[in-house]
Amino acid sequence: MSLTLKDVPVGQSATILKIGGEGAVKRRIMDMGITKGAEVSVRKVAPLGDPIEIRVRGYELSLRKSDAEMITVTADKDMTGETWK
Amino acid sequence: MEITIALAGNPNSGKTTLFNALTGSSQRVGNWPGVTVDKKVGKLKKYKDVAVIDLPGVYSLSPYTLEEVVSRDFLINEKPDAVINLVDGTNIERNLFLTTQLLDVGIPVVVALNMMDAVKKAGDRIDTEKLSGLLGCPVAEISALRGDGLSDLARIAVETAQAQSKTTKSAEASLAAAPAVSGGRFSEPTETALRALAELIRAYTSPETRRWYAIKLFERDEKALALLGLPATVAAEAEGLIALCEETLDDSSESIITGEAYVYVSRITDACVEKVQVEMSASDKIDAIVTNRWLGIPVFVAAMFVVYFVSVTTVGTFVTDFTNDMVIGGGIQAPLAEFLLSVGTAEWLTGLVVDGIVGGVGAVVGFLPQLLILFFFLAILEDCGYMARVAFLMDRVFRKFGLSGKSFIPLLIGTGCGVPGIMAARTIEQRRDRRMTIITTTFMPCGAKLPMIALIAGALLQNAWWVAPSAYFLGFASVVVTGVMLKKTKPFAGDPAPFVMELPPYHFPTASNIGHSMLERASAFAKKAATVYTLASILVWFASSFGFDGDGAFGMAQDLNSSVLYYIGNSFAWIFSPLGFGDWQPAVASVMGLAAKEDVVAVFGILTSIGDADAAFSLAETADMAALAPVAALFSGPLAAYAFLAFNLLCAPCFAAMNTIRQEMRNPRWTLAAIGYECGFAYVVALLIYQFGCFFGGRGFTAGTAAACVLLAALLFLMFRPAPKYKKEHPHAASHS
Repeated sequence: MSLTLKDVPVGQSATILKIGGEGAVKRRIMDMGITKGAEVSVRKVAPLGDPIEIRVRGYELSLRKSDAEMITVTADKDMTGETWK
Repeated sequence: MEITIALAGNPNSGKTTLFNALTGSSQRVGNWPGVTVDKKVGKLKKYKDVAVIDLPGVYSLSPYTLEEVVSRDFLINEKPDAVINLVDGTNIERNLFLTTQLLDVGIPVVVALNMMDAVKKAGDRIDTEKLSGLLGCPVAEISALRGDGLSDLARIAVETAQAQSKTTKSAEASLAAAPAVSGGRFSEPTETALRALAELIRAYTSPETRRWYAIKLFERDEKALALLGLPATVAAEAEGLIALCEETLDDSSESIITGEAYVYVSRITDACVEKVQVEMSASDKIDAIVTNRWLGIPVFVAAMFVVYFVSVTTVGTFVTDFTNDMVIGGGIQAPLAEFLLSVGTAEWLTGLVVDGIVGGVGAVVGFLPQLLILFFFLAILEDCGYMARVAFLMDRVFRKFGLSGKSFIPLLIGTGCGVPGIMAARTIEQRRDRRMTIITTTFMPCGAKLPMIALIAGALLQNAWWVAPSAYFLGFASVVVTGVMLKKTKPFAGDPAPFVMELPPYHFPTASNIGHSMLERASAFAKKAATVYTLASILVWFASSFGFDGDGAFGMAQDLNSSVLYYIGNSFAWIFSPLGFGDWQPAVASVMGLAAKEDVVAVFGILTSIGDADAAFSLAETADMAALAPVAALFSGPLAAYAFLAFNLLCAPCFAAMNTIRQEMRNPRWTLAAIGYECGFAYVVALLIYQFGCFFGGRGFTAGTAAACVLLAALLFLMFRPAPKYKKEHPHAASHS
């Protein structure tokens, strides 16, 4: 199982590897700046458990977990050089 | 010669503020042809013959949302002389993504770098000269909010537009000779493919639009390709080139273009922008509370309560009463009647003008002050950025029944008035969600339904505390049930629409934005009052004032019992027998409710001779059981009265709201389906309430109970059946309404 944006815990960051899905949803996600190589950090989860809030390219974006699941990522290293995964 | 300048930019980039500042009061709001997207046009201040067209706020020029398609079509087909691209300096990377697409279109672009005051305040630096050089277009620093740099921006934009129109002819000649594609925004394999594609479509495109079409061809953008009309052989050759590039870069062509455009933008921002790292911005601090895991919902409930409490109950009721009694009743109706009679106007004509038109329209206009207060709060919430948080908080709930987080706002506005509520559904991008929201918005009890609730509660239900809350509960439950049921029907089936939404930084709302927003919504309401309500008022007045006397001669009716309305009501009152109110009076009241919902109370007032509309309203407010006894006598009992209430809360809304549904659906079949569904659903709910109420009240099992059982079973089946599989809609079908 590859790591997806949905798996990234709150407060951690990751780098986008690939965006799955097709058509309008995929294009919309990419138009918002979630493209290969972009760094994202997960800020919070909505009170009812979905959607999530992420930070990408210097602004805040919310998307549903079902959409986050289509985005493959790699875990970023923190300051000590360790990854959270 | 007239110059046209388009204004393009991301949502939340301050575009409305800039447009208001550039055009002042000269703007006109209309619709883009064929779609319900606002089109605003204005004249550039201090310039003659310069029109500014405000394009919808978009993140991209992809072919997937209405707003994007409208913007693209305008730029490609109408060819404005220049585009002012508003870029939020505090969020420059994502904003410049749209800039790259605008530059590809081939129309001169002027970048207006907005919120430069905030950028400087944060200690960030943007090298505008370098940015202008890298992008290859003029860049003007502005602050739309404070009005900084606007005259420079206007001057640059006009100069750019003029230079464009002067050189067009000669440029065409020179461009034709020049290489077809310039610039190297994308990676080498992509640029190679684009150059080859541009060569391929040379015969089908003009030099300015060639690169745009080459990119669109590469992306397999069906909407753009339909405009080109390439022969099959050319299309096949193009497909080969695209497939080769996709193989080289191991991605779909559309993703290659989007991804590489962002790579290009990152290169530019790395070179021009210096950002100070901050731990917590002011917005982050607010969001730490407002969208907090535990505090988010309580804060939301409190905010909605305050908005509702102030605009619908306390201050709202006060100003509405004041307008109705003092301004319309005392200030207009009474003196007008006196004047008309004194100059010898016929009695019936005086009646038509004073009671029919002024009274009818006045009853509706009386809601305007209350609506203004509601619109004021909503404008604040929208302008400061909280509405996006509402959608973020509520999405989980609403998605469950086929709506989106953004559906909450129309429903909330609908508790004030359905007309602006239905119109607020425009902010929902997805056609399916938008239609569902339009259908369900008027289930919420609007301000005009409150007197009816009070009257029924006061006359038949001992003024029980639970009646009013139950009306809201019934309304919301109907939204939920409808959502769950319709989600499984073919027109609404499919995966939930994507919910990828920006949470813009909070900012202080501006007076001018709030003023514009209030004015826009209020004038939409007032226009309907002036047209639809006037006509409806005249018809209802006529039907209730004319009839057949004892000898069968047609003339002014003595009372409602001999009016046309009586005959109409009587002819179909039987339809309501299964709901417990088969007499003609409630039937007539329900029909009158279609003109305006507060007319239901007025009809009861007149029919039971407890007084005119005003008297009925005040009796309803005081809930004087004895005085209301004649109203109670119209119903067989509290159960029938409650069924009547339920039917009138949920059935088709007033004419003005129905007209709004028609305008927003832009499709006669959908309009009829929506209104028919509302009436049918109201009928079923009222029937279930009455028949089951009777059964559990000890009447025994009757044919009515059996019918109720069948209907309930059908309702439950439609709600809980597994969603059938329908053929998937083509993914490229854009959401045209």
